Amino acid sequence: MSRVLLEAKGVAKHFGGVKALRDVSLSIRQGEIYGLIGPNGAGKTTFFNCMTGLYVPDGGGFTFDGAPLHADAPHQAARRGIARTFQNIRLFGNMTALENVMIGRHVRTGAGVLGAIFQTAATRAEEAAIRQRAIELLHYVRIEDRAGDLAKNLSYGDQRRLEIARALATEPKLLCLDEPAAGMNATETAELRELIEGIRSDGTTILFIEHDVKLVMGLCDRVAVLDYGALVIEDVPAVVQKDQRVIEAYLGA
Amino acid sequence: MKNGRFFRSTAGVMAGAVLLLVLPFVAAMGGQAWVRILDFAILYVFLALGLNIVVGFAGLLDLGYIAFYAVGAYTWALLASPHFGLHLPIWVILPIGAGLACIAGVLLGSPTLKLRGDYLAIVTLGFGEIVRIFMNNLNAPINITNGPQGITLIDPVAFGSFKFSGTTEIFGLALTGPQKYYYLLIALCVLVVIINLRLQHSRIGRAWQAIREDEVAAKAVGINTRNLKLLAFAMGASFGGVAGGVFSAMQGFVSPESFSLIESIMVLAMVVLGGMGHIPGVILGAVLLSILPEALRYGVGPIQTALFGRLLVDPESLRMLVFGLALVLVMRFRPAGLWPSPERRRELEEAGQ
Ligand SMILES: Nc1ncnc2c1ncn2[C@@H]1O[C@H](COP(=O)(O)OP(=O)(O)OP(=O)(O)O)[C@@H](O)[C@H]1O
Ligand SMILES: [Mg+2]
Repeated sequence: MSRVLLEAKGVAKHFGGVKALRDVSLSIRQGEIYGLIGPNGAGKTTFFNCMTGLYVPDGGGFTFDGAPLHADAPHQAARRGIARTFQNIRLFGNMTALENVMIGRHVRTGAGVLGAIFQTAATRAEEAAIRQRAIELLHYVRIEDRAGDLAKNLSYGDQRRLEIARALATEPKLLCLDEPAAGMNATETAELRELIEGIRSDGTTILFIEHDVKLVMGLCDRVAVLDYGALVIEDVPAVVQKDQRVIEAYLGA
Repeated sequence: MKNGRFFRSTAGVMAGAVLLLVLPFVAAMGGQAWVRILDFAILYVFLALGLNIVVGFAGLLDLGYIAFYAVGAYTWALLASPHFGLHLPIWVILPIGAGLACIAGVLLGSPTLKLRGDYLAIVTLGFGEIVRIFMNNLNAPINITNGPQGITLIDPVAFGSFKFSGTTEIFGLALTGPQKYYYLLIALCVLVVIINLRLQHSRIGRAWQAIREDEVAAKAVGINTRNLKLLAFAMGASFGGVAGGVFSAMQGFVSPESFSLIESIMVLAMVVLGGMGHIPGVILGAVLLSILPEALRYGVGPIQTALFGRLLVDPESLRMLVFGLALVLVMRFRPAGLWPSPERRRELEEAGQ
């Protein structure tokens, strides 16, 4: 069994009276595709937000790659190697597709104000490398022909791809996708699946939230089910599919 | 084809440069007052480009920008005037002024950067007023700023024995004080334009734009939004400090009156009216808003007497009236500014549909 990359221990989060997460503990292993499912409002996105530092959990915490993740420091999560996409796509709409991916390189590059003002050789070399890598990533997600278009003018499917490319630009160890297949047709979903499998075979661990049960069961090595903020089960798809509680809470519905 | 464009743009730059070089002599034909107006226009361009880093690039609405100008101005005034008997050289004062303004920028920035939009605007507005009131009241118990009377007899800019005040003869050409300051200010402006341009198209500039577009997404890709906003504040403030220093030296006199809220609003209006974040637009905005009121001031009176034989409307109030009307018209018909960047114009057009 490969080592654990991300471990959540007793993570809790409430909004007023709503207990969005109750004592959620789960672990994601290096190199696997891990699915997180559950009915609407189960707390999946909240889990993402706690993990990536956008929310501060009210209890528990995360260990990532051997060291604790600090709450309330989203930019540090990215630096440590956690990248994410958003359920309601959040691109930099008035920047081009290429610039969006270039932004993703920010955390792995270092040119500062002086470098920019004096246009030092190092800065120019870094800038060229950023551009080069961004172009490669646009090719990787197959939207290279949209490089010069404003992100907001891309089709829905392309926007999802662009968001993945931007996340990949940060060189994540763990890529978290929040309902990447939402609103996609069968062909697009099949392409997405191929893309996700490709990313995994490049060595990136993937955590993804999805409502499409067929996609999740077909793609994931392991699946966790959340219901009313609590973890119901965490196991391989074959077991999860047969679990009575899951069928009641989610699959049966 | 490409070559042709290159030649045309080089020719354009050359023509522009020649125009800028002869401008103070053209203006001098109308009297030294016009050269002085020109000087202030360029100083405002400098100031507006500094504020552009904060407002245009990082998207932080700063209504207290003039406070940093004040810090720079008073630094110069205190370190180069009979008030304390200090007469330090420019390469000592200007960095100190810029540094102090920068510190003021960080001081203002660090507690307020969690605020956004209107809230940030209100706090910065308050900060600007606090600085002005400080300058007004720091004459007791120890007289530091000389209160509302201000500080007089401030040293002009000087490099060694070359002073920027008074007339000097260079290569048989008599240059007046305002004309010399003009060239100094143009040099400073060229510098700040280059810095603006290079920052805009850099890793830092991109990160600022990302923060402006979507702060949450920017955080999620690993941008340290707090530090980058502070950086914008600090840089904008430093430029404000430098501008303040030159202002102080040029005027020979500072008082808290010069740093009122209306000045902050003016500089912000220059940035917004011209075209936020778009450098040529900001320059246009600054030049128009600083020259137009002066032109009205000098133009309205004589025109009225010529037309009606006497003054019907006080030129001063008419000036503000026309000014306000112009602002309203621009915001109504060119909401992205007079000369917006192509992207920004597209943004607004699409939003309007
Ligand atoms: N910022 C917030 N403020 C208040 N309540 C919130 C907030 N974010 C989430 N919630 C609540 O927490 C609960 C879990 O929401 P969450 O978005 O995590 O669900 P989800 O599993 O992602 O659902 P979906 O499948 O619809 O995306 C919901 O009841 C939601 O209303
Ligand atoms: Mg969700």
